[in-house]
Amino acid sequence: MNSKSAAYPLIDYPDLDRIMVYRPHTRITAGRFLVEAQRLAGRLGPAAHVLNLCQDRYHFMVGLAAAILAGKISLLPSTHTDDTLRQLFGTFPNSICLHDLPNWPHVYPQIAYPVDEVEAVVDTPAPPIPLIDSARPVVYVFTSGSTGHPVPHIKTWGKLVLNSRTAAKALGIHADPVSIVGTVPPQHMFGFESTVLLCLQGRCPIWSGKPFYPADIVAALADMPEPRMLVSTPFHLESLLDSGMTVPPVAQVLLATAPLAQDLAERAEQQLNVPLREIYGCTETGQIAIRRPAESPAWALFPGITLEADYSDGEKWLYRAWGGHIEVPIALSDRLEVLVDGRFLLLGRLADQVNIAGKRSSLGFLTAQIKAIPGVTDGVFFQPEARAGQAISRLCALVVAPDMTQAEILSALRTRLDPAFLPRPLILVEALPYNDTGKLPRAQLLALLVHHRESLKR
Amino acid sequence: MTTGIPNNDLPLMREVAELIVSSLNLEVQAQDIDPDATLFGDGLGLDSIDILEIAMVISKRYGFQLRSDNEDNVHIFSSLRHLTEYIAAQRAQ
Repeated sequence: MNSKSAAYPLIDYPDLDRIMVYRPHTRITAGRFLVEAQRLAGRLGPAAHVLNLCQDRYHFMVGLAAAILAGKISLLPSTHTDDTLRQLFGTFPNSICLHDLPNWPHVYPQIAYPVDEVEAVVDTPAPPIPLIDSARPVVYVFTSGSTGHPVPHIKTWGKLVLNSRTAAKALGIHADPVSIVGTVPPQHMFGFESTVLLCLQGRCPIWSGKPFYPADIVAALADMPEPRMLVSTPFHLESLLDSGMTVPPVAQVLLATAPLAQDLAERAEQQLNVPLREIYGCTETGQIAIRRPAESPAWALFPGITLEADYSDGEKWLYRAWGGHIEVPIALSDRLEVLVDGRFLLLGRLADQVNIAGKRSSLGFLTAQIKAIPGVTDGVFFQPEARAGQAISRLCALVVAPDMTQAEILSALRTRLDPAFLPRPLILVEALPYNDTGKLPRAQLLALLVHHRESLKR
Repeated sequence: MTTGIPNNDLPLMREVAELIVSSLNLEVQAQDIDPDATLFGDGLGLDSIDILEIAMVISKRYGFQLRSDNEDNVHIFSSLRHLTEYIAAQRAQ
């Protein structure tokens, strides 16, 4: 197929009366989705980019479709801090924020999702399903570069469609769609692929909300028809299993964003009586491999994806991924061992990468953020091992800031970072423990943390 | 909903403060948590990961499940006092 001339429908719903979205007391058909997307498209104004911050998954999808229909590109940053928005508007000044917050807390141009006009569209006949050019860029997703500025990664419509079709086949749901309840936000690549794209292109109806507590997940599943799929993170899954609540039957559990412990995988399969699969990928590549940890630790690549050894850093175990729905070859930030059958094992992330309950960043980025605060003369982030009984290992920061208090520094950091990355603790020191070669040995950083904890006990 | 209990139920407020501190490994003493300060942001600095962990401990200790479609949810976690009030009302049912 000539990718330049190909076009794919905005939604793959030949039957416009089919239910696309479930929400409490409301079901939304594909036809109504089209009507709402078209109405919103006419209201987005002249901006070239739409920063889609909608929390509700349905609002997010209508916003995405409206931007596509209006010839705009959706910007999907993974954090919505004031600092992130400031940087994005610096790079993409011709943008508008689309949100569903009751009060808009920022200074940037915005449009609130028009929830109050829902009734007006109920009787409007649906337009024909538009065809979208496969080569068209429709979404930019972002990673944090080493300098701290968000780095955009372009996703074209054809690659997104290919991505969701490949995933549906890998999950065995291409012929039999499942009802999807997702606990992950639609702006994150995993949530975007495994809830939004599977709904738009895989005919999987989704739950509009973002269930948080175990009781929310149970209620959302119970409100949707079988077969069902839960799309979540190890953190939320463990919380659900620990709650002891009776979970409605699910046909699949799909996880990503953080490595899943083997015992948790086996426990989940037993307790929920369901195959549990994990997705591997990153923001730049999207999902590229899948495994069922209870059967094997090895990951199977999605069809069309190729791994190629990357010796540029003189290090073994580094690979580039390309092909399939990947837009450009990407150096992976994990060390891999590729097996003879083409599957691979994850050996661990590169030292600088951190993952807190599924949110990713790098210590280099975080350290740059703390050093950028006026009044801070030096600082460093590091991640200690998890303490006994602690599910998640929080980050620690050592900071040199002679004229600032801990609270002032934390307050400044809060405008720059997702709360998950805020240091706990933030320790004020007179100087960082540089060695003779100008490095900060981990042992010295940990020693200062231990000293700090002991001083609290006295 | 029952109100006014926790002003007379200081032991429960202290117990909840200790649950928060111990389950999250916080570097504050339970008795130093201001009952009326926000648990998020510039107050105790908790985030959504913490809230899920606290919810787990609460469901085990007091035998009820939290729901985020509860309209009082923001209120419940707005301070130690409100959280204690909510627990007092729920466990009494």
